[in-house]
Amino acid sequence: MFEAEILSGGFADPAHDRARAFRACLEAMARPGRVQTITGAIPPAPLSAAAGAVLLTLADETTPIFLGRGHDTEAVRKWIAFHCAAPIVAAEDATFAVGIWEDLRPVSQFAVGTAEYPDRSASLIVECDDFDRHTVRLSGPGIETSQTAFLPETDAFVQNAAMFPLGFDSYFAARNEIFALPRSTKVEAL
Amino acid sequence: MTEQSYNFAYLDEATKRMIRRALLKGLAIPGYQVPFASREMPMPYGWGTGGVQVTAACLIPEDTLKVIDQGADDTTNAVSIRKFFERTAQVRTTETTTEATVIQTRHRIPEVPLAEGQILVYQVPIPEPLRFLEPRESETRRMHALEEYGLMHVKLYEDIARHGAIATSYAYPVKVEGRYVMDPSPIPKFDNPKLGGNAAIQLFGAGREQRIYALPPYTQVVSLDFEDHPFEPSKAEHACDLCGSEVSYLDEVIVDDQGNRMFVCSDTNYCTTRQGEGHTGRLSQKGEAA
Repeated sequence: MFEAEILSGGFADPAHDRARAFRACLEAMARPGRVQTITGAIPPAPLSAAAGAVLLTLADETTPIFLGRGHDTEAVRKWIAFHCAAPIVAAEDATFAVGIWEDLRPVSQFAVGTAEYPDRSASLIVECDDFDRHTVRLSGPGIETSQTAFLPETDAFVQNAAMFPLGFDSYFAARNEIFALPRSTKVEAL
Repeated sequence: MTEQSYNFAYLDEATKRMIRRALLKGLAIPGYQVPFASREMPMPYGWGTGGVQVTAACLIPEDTLKVIDQGADDTTNAVSIRKFFERTAQVRTTETTTEATVIQTRHRIPEVPLAEGQILVYQVPIPEPLRFLEPRESETRRMHALEEYGLMHVKLYEDIARHGAIATSYAYPVKVEGRYVMDPSPIPKFDNPKLGGNAAIQLFGAGREQRIYALPPYTQVVSLDFEDHPFEPSKAEHACDLCGSEVSYLDEVIVDDQGNRMFVCSDTNYCTTRQGEGHTGRLSQKGEAA
């Protein structure tokens, strides 16, 4: 393996970079569909810089990760092991799931929380090429009127919102940009 | 230098990650109380340990921090927390509401409307709005799960039966997005209308009770009431004696042994800004404003 690639690519200035990356995640989750810039991570392909930064910011030994088929490479596993120390697990046990949309389906395999603890649910990090083609209109908490956004599929997110307060939350990552879609957002196809 | 031996914003990285994950879940489920492993902070419970942990998890080096206690920038609690973050996070601090990017507050929402890019962090003593009605956590959790909020309406009804009006004047319960009943922390009910539709991110931290919850911007927040007894935000029926404002929330101050009193804005930054603009009140010193 390329040891250098695995040992490098973390935040150069961990406490400060992580704080800035978290702020991007916070703004993203608070304002669904709005794209935020998130930088500082250089993970091995196929992990995007944005997905890598989210993992460096939020994942650790207490948050098991599921890797989609395309992302389940030795380099990615080793990079996560070294930088996050997070165990790699099956989909139903995961706190975070990383992959392209096709590799994460069916999303019914992920934890959606319980009626008393809806926070015990998975967060998906969906790798995308870009967010240019807007396919849905979003409304709900965090959105003043409505917001258009790209989603790889509509039905899964309509169903997820219908389960509120249960459900999974999603981050969409492309290059060094992310936006989020919490379960509270109502989704309709454009 | 002691402060340099601490991590940025005092807390260690593992703790901040845990708090950050709780904050994101809180935003995803508005009004739901997310349990978190609250840490001992170098200040006693009741002094804002929950708010301090949330602020520490959110701060970035570029932030400008404002801390208010009952609206005031210059009280012990506010000054100590501001100094704490000046030392441990080296962030800029301010008393001006519009300049701040993060505002930690104890029991008030600033008078000036907040904007996008601002985060309001509340210090919360008792996060569970049903706690005084049902002491068992296992029960209140089930009540939230089942959306069983009848007890809260009975409590408000008993207020009406006994006092002729809903007597709750602070920590007035709200319903978030038609789902979770939430304690807005002990803010006066005068501030309740500012909870909903707010452009800023609102985060709530309860240190002793180990709970975090949140309101994303523009969230629908409704104060509980009855059709025939609608919710009424209330304030003292006076104008501020220093700046003359008739719309701000007022503190009543006893000024001598004869029982004379004055009313002043609880939001000190709002009041001094208005005085600086030349507004005067009943007790303004003549000539001093010039």
